[in-house]
Amino acid sequence: MRSLLYVLTFLTVIGAAFWAYHENYKTQAALGEAQTVRANIADARARLSVLKAEWAYLNRPDRLRDLAEVNFERLGLMPLEPDQFGRVDQIAYPRPPELPITDPIELSSAGAEEQEP
Amino acid sequence: MIRTPLRPLARILDARRKGENPDAIERENLRIRHEQMRDKARSRAEGRLLMMAVMFFCAFGVVGARMGTLAASEPEEPRAQSTGASIIASRADIVDRQGRILATNMETYSLYAHPQQMVDPLRTAQELVKIFPELSEERLRKDFTGKRKFMWVRKKLSPEQKQQVHDIGEPGLLFGPREMRLYPNGAVASHVLGGASFGREGVHSAEVIGTAGIEKYFDAQLRDPAREGAPLELSLDLTIQAATERVLLGGMKLMNAKGAASVLMDVHTGEVIAIASLPDFDPNDRPRPLTQGEAADSPLFNRAVQGVYELGSTFKIFTSAQALELGLVHPETVIDTSGPMKVGGFRIGEFGNKNYGPLSVSDIIVKSSNRGTGRLALAIGSTRQQEFLSSLGFFEPTPLEIVEAEGGKPLLPTRWQELSSVTISYGHGLSSSPLHLAAGYAAIANGGYKVEPTLLKQAGPKLGPRVMSERVARQSLDMLRKVVTEGTASFGEVPGYSVGGKTGTADKPKARGGGYYKDKVINTFASVFPTNDPKYVLIVTLDEPVETSGTEPRRTAGWTAVPVAAEMIRRIAPLLGLRPEVETRHLEQIINTSN
Repeated sequence: MRSLLYVLTFLTVIGAAFWAYHENYKTQAALGEAQTVRANIADARARLSVLKAEWAYLNRPDRLRDLAEVNFERLGLMPLEPDQFGRVDQIAYPRPPELPITDPIELSSAGAEEQEP
Repeated sequence: MIRTPLRPLARILDARRKGENPDAIERENLRIRHEQMRDKARSRAEGRLLMMAVMFFCAFGVVGARMGTLAASEPEEPRAQSTGASIIASRADIVDRQGRILATNMETYSLYAHPQQMVDPLRTAQELVKIFPELSEERLRKDFTGKRKFMWVRKKLSPEQKQQVHDIGEPGLLFGPREMRLYPNGAVASHVLGGASFGREGVHSAEVIGTAGIEKYFDAQLRDPAREGAPLELSLDLTIQAATERVLLGGMKLMNAKGAASVLMDVHTGEVIAIASLPDFDPNDRPRPLTQGEAADSPLFNRAVQGVYELGSTFKIFTSAQALELGLVHPETVIDTSGPMKVGGFRIGEFGNKNYGPLSVSDIIVKSSNRGTGRLALAIGSTRQQEFLSSLGFFEPTPLEIVEAEGGKPLLPTRWQELSSVTISYGHGLSSSPLHLAAGYAAIANGGYKVEPTLLKQAGPKLGPRVMSERVARQSLDMLRKVVTEGTASFGEVPGYSVGGKTGTADKPKARGGGYYKDKVINTFASVFPTNDPKYVLIVTLDEPVETSGTEPRRTAGWTAVPVAAEMIRRIAPLLGLRPEVETRHLEQIINTSN
């Protein structure tokens, strides 16, 4: 009975050691992965900040104004002026689409005589 | 261990036989036993003490070793941190009210050298000068071949330059990562942003510190890692700021002025939407302060905040508003403005030596009569006048969130006599910044509440204590509107936006004292728009303008500052989202006539 207990304890210790060994390796792997992800995040953040800076730089008012001037013939962009404000009822809405012709009547003017005015 | 008995029978019997006292044997044995016990206890205690000493030594040794490694090792982010949000150590961005970037960071590299590791110092020096023409080859050669073990070559490199330096292939040239402050919009809002530079520098990183403007004012907050990179939101609007600067620059050139400033402020929140001072500078490459000459001539000088000027007749509206508030007069009360008028032995004259005769209070503002406001000031009295101007904020520097604002302390007369009272009533003898004036006009425009100018985006109206009644504010606004429709600021009319305002022309005082220049003026136009529901005040100030389209040069604000302000309103009001409105005139009475 006693020896069985010893054997069982021994096996438990071995098993626990094996489990701890595995867990340790898993933790290390997870930490390594977290570090990679974090490094990626940092890289992405750096890239994002560069892109943001570039976006702001390309959209700086001086440059946009110069571009609008250079491309005036093509785009015709002007500074916003008070007289460009309108009212909603001044907007011409698109006309409603015409109803589909379901029952067409064949008509031809062939052979008709031209009427003198 | 065999225990020695205290009374060993053999020895006792032996002693008895010899007639000795057997108790002596017992005592002797007891003594020996006690000695043994003592020795044992002693050695045990010594062992324990030693043990304790070893344990303490180990404990302190561990603490010491840990402190040593912490002090000597490179800092490293904790790996097994569970919070997720990693520390963002870079300086926070500054954005405008719509989230457009005004200041951000860029990763770049600095270049340093380890001369002792260099393979070919002379060639390196030559090649470096080819890339950076501003370096001196002579000096580099001396540094590279001398005794120095470390030296900075350049603080910032562009990626192209870095590649070129890489291509030299010199192992003694090394790069250190740097975070640099970038102002993508160039000179736009340069005086607000200020600039930044490097503080403490190491090979691996460098501190970025604000050197002026809002960068310096909020330096600690911007650097605080607890912000987690949340940007600082300003009240400025980039588009409007750029348009303002553009119009102001055009106006400054047209009017041949040497400087110009403008402030656009929301009258309810005190938010400064655009604030410009010309000439300006590029904060990416902030110029050095002037070492000689006047500080006010430097492009670094912020005329809108730091520049204190006598702002002339723009002050008249405050005098009339106070007189109305105190119930001394009514807008239609007639006051005799004919001369001569002498106060404290000093003759008070009108512009161009005119004589307006009896005028109503409203017309005093419209015609800009010095003697008229002077008489109102005398009726108000100097104590009450001081109280009123102080309540509008004219006695203290403006609380704007840039470090330069502290420098814009108004210049007040040392003794506020009757003469001071009269001259200040039409804007002479008290110098203040255009921003002060904007805050004062905002109080009139928002119905009588004091507002404090701010550069931070506000969530809602921030009205301070009431400084005048709503009725007085409304009457004053009507007067300002009349100045534009029929008075000195007739060029200020912008179709669709009912502009009200007051012109101010002040002679420039000589820098070394002793009176005023004859042909140098400060022209100001303080305006409020739209007057039917005031939302914004705009102050335009031109320094030494002269309008030369006529036969003789004109230096009054009506000819210089007003057209510039009108053009500015025409450009920026649509950007502010204000719809132009056709002013509806009240028809007195429609009479049906028929024949």
